[in-house]
Amino acid sequence: MAMVRSRFTGFFLQPGGNGSSDTPPGSGRSVTAPDRRQTGPMRRMSGRSRDPLVRALVSALDARRVQTGDGARRLYSRDASVIRGGRAGVVCFPETTEEVSACVVASLAHGRDFVARGAGTGLAGGAVPCDEPVMVVLTRMDRILEVDVSRRLAWVEPGVVNLDLSRHLAGTGLYFAPDPSSQQSCTIGGNVANNSGGPHCLLYGVTSAHVLAVEVVLPDGEVVVLGEEEGDSVGYDLRGAFVGGEGTLGIATRICVRLTEDPPDVATLLLDFMSVGAAAETVSAIIAAGMIPAALEMMDQRVVEAVEPFVNAGYPTDAAAVLIVELDGQPSGVADEIRRIEELARAHGARSVRVAADEGERERIWKGRKSAFGAIAVIKPDYYLNDTVIPRTKLAEVIERIYEIVEEQDLIVMNVFHAGDGNLHPLLLFDAREAGVMERVLAAGEEIVRVSVAAGGVLSGEHGIGLEKKRFMSLQFSPADLEAQQRLRSAFDPVGRANPAKVLPTGASCGHVTSLGRLPDGVWV
Amino acid sequence: MSAGDVRMVGFRSDVGDSGAVCVRGGGTHWGVGGGPDGAREVSAPVGIVTLDPAEMTVMVGAGTALSDLAGELAIHGLEVGMKGPSGATVGGVLMVGRSALRRRRVGTIADVLLQADCVGADGVAFTAGGPTVKNVTGYDLCRLLVGSLGTLALVGRVILRTRPVPSRSLWLAGEVEPERVLDATYRPSCVLWDGVRTSVLLEGHGEDVDETAARLALLGLSATEPPVLPAGRGRWTGRLPSGGVLEVGSGVVHQADDGGPPTVSDGVRRLAGRMRASFDPSGRLNPGRDPYRVAA
Repeated sequence: MAMVRSRFTGFFLQPGGNGSSDTPPGSGRSVTAPDRRQTGPMRRMSGRSRDPLVRALVSALDARRVQTGDGARRLYSRDASVIRGGRAGVVCFPETTEEVSACVVASLAHGRDFVARGAGTGLAGGAVPCDEPVMVVLTRMDRILEVDVSRRLAWVEPGVVNLDLSRHLAGTGLYFAPDPSSQQSCTIGGNVANNSGGPHCLLYGVTSAHVLAVEVVLPDGEVVVLGEEEGDSVGYDLRGAFVGGEGTLGIATRICVRLTEDPPDVATLLLDFMSVGAAAETVSAIIAAGMIPAALEMMDQRVVEAVEPFVNAGYPTDAAAVLIVELDGQPSGVADEIRRIEELARAHGARSVRVAADEGERERIWKGRKSAFGAIAVIKPDYYLNDTVIPRTKLAEVIERIYEIVEEQDLIVMNVFHAGDGNLHPLLLFDAREAGVMERVLAAGEEIVRVSVAAGGVLSGEHGIGLEKKRFMSLQFSPADLEAQQRLRSAFDPVGRANPAKVLPTGASCGHVTSLGRLPDGVWV
Repeated sequence: MSAGDVRMVGFRSDVGDSGAVCVRGGGTHWGVGGGPDGAREVSAPVGIVTLDPAEMTVMVGAGTALSDLAGELAIHGLEVGMKGPSGATVGGVLMVGRSALRRRRVGTIADVLLQADCVGADGVAFTAGGPTVKNVTGYDLCRLLVGSLGTLALVGRVILRTRPVPSRSLWLAGEVEPERVLDATYRPSCVLWDGVRTSVLLEGHGEDVDETAARLALLGLSATEPPVLPAGRGRWTGRLPSGGVLEVGSGVVHQADDGGPPTVSDGVRRLAGRMRASFDPSGRLNPGRDPYRVAA
């Protein structure tokens, strides 16, 4: 437990994206001290390796793109989650579908697991390697292959950075709708693996609603295309089953995404409240009134206080909570919803309702929201970001309970989240150098998950299960529910070599211990 | 135990753990993908269990007539993004897996199903998905079930996503290319093309609909009744068959007779075969049906 490191990544504060390089984010400010198990004499050059697996990989790719050195293996032993102690085996950088397939086939032939990885921005440990698997790093497959404006679709490789696609589409009137907070760095392949969300998924849906078809290297190395460019699935919706598989069902090598039209009108509103409860009730009232805003986000006072000095968005720092509401569509509908939301907000005690006057003001309001995770570094050096979903009508009650849980554990929490779909993101702040703090962080995290499920919610709204939450799966699912999920997984991966230690509490373990309430051996949060 | 839970226990017991079995809904798509091949027929529970307008979800027995559900939702200004002929049940429409004509607005049918309470081939009850509108917990069994023709599990009760009913709907049609209509509109609910005329469904705020309609009038479109489409279906291959109507962007052609099933690669076939065998090793669920034998 002593090896927790700061995981400040500052997605929205660092200039430009870094996802297309081979450097995973999370290695920015903090340098992780070498794990003793991974230090030792430098490995030989992969090209002259005596390891037959490495030789097979080098002959399929080339020596430069098959790395066995301690540096590469350490770099790819973690993602943006708090989970440490992962152990990468040989690290491969394929550039084509055939090379990805060759990596998979070589792994199988030599009895090794494989773990696919994009930019490593995942928060649940889905890309953290267990038991030295072959790492299939897809960041070099970063080409936008085809954009069909008239049919509103594009084919991309998995390593294309999320925001780069929308930037590429500038001027076409189209964009890629999923907008996770890490969109400057995360890859579309990673979005597919995690079924990623983002603020605007409230109206537009999470990644699965935006993936039409996907070319997949199945866990036996076979290449198939799942889904269709147009229309309902032919036969089983295997595309729908694959999306969100967290790398356990195969590796996406080409992805056909749906493109969304730029709305003719957009309005961004900032509402401020003297209590979190009043803000939460306003969220429920907006949904109950039959409106689905494009985005509906909440930030509590601690978040507002932290980000305002960075962005000067004009947030009211004395407000207990603010809501950011975005409406888009045609002008009359947008104007009508602004009016109705202002009425509802005032009826629920909003002190002020500000409608951004221009694009600059809109951008400042959003910049504050998106900078939140960076700004917290001034408060505490480390954080643990949770992700659960609750019924929207229970927001006020559950958030109140979260404040109590965190107080009981003597921690600090900031709440900045997708309120419109009930997707909570309590951010627990701590200083890992403080003795015993991790036990309290984990206890609070577990209690938040329990409270969410007890309120009729689910374990994850957009981060996935990975390693982080698989021990909680039985809180939400019965053994029969989990067995049905295992049936889906086994059809894709009968031999269990694709990222086997993830998602389901049954099956492969990381190290050899996966008992409830304990992290896998050799892994710590 | 609630009345709904009691009905689910009864459903599970009806399905049992041996012998060929299928769920009979309204029978409106009974021959799709092949018949039930003599399998014993059971019925899924009927009725709305919980309707929570503030949550925009509804829990309903799979045997409920879609029209009954729609009627109840309409009282609250809500709808589900599903469409079926008169008599069709919620479960039947989900298992056939055809998206509504208004899919551009309401989403595909796969987006509607949030949670499904099922009975597996082994007679054991399990739940797929979760009750919230956003959920990435575990594998997306719900999407796999939609369109599966009851060959992976039998669905007894579901939670569906509801949506607000638009305040105004208007069909327009005229002799113009569909591309021009798409260029002149923002997210129309449906665009149809019969080779000569384009029909478009506008939905939303009344003034926005009127403003768009005025723009389309300049292209020669005028208000019309909702179109009556041919009963058969085929998949768009780039050429419109005689008498066919293309649902633009959906890949569906409405035509006199059903087209043949689309071709599928051997690899996908093998994966689908493993999927079916994994869920139903003894082949007792809807044994005569094959989702890959469906036209479109």
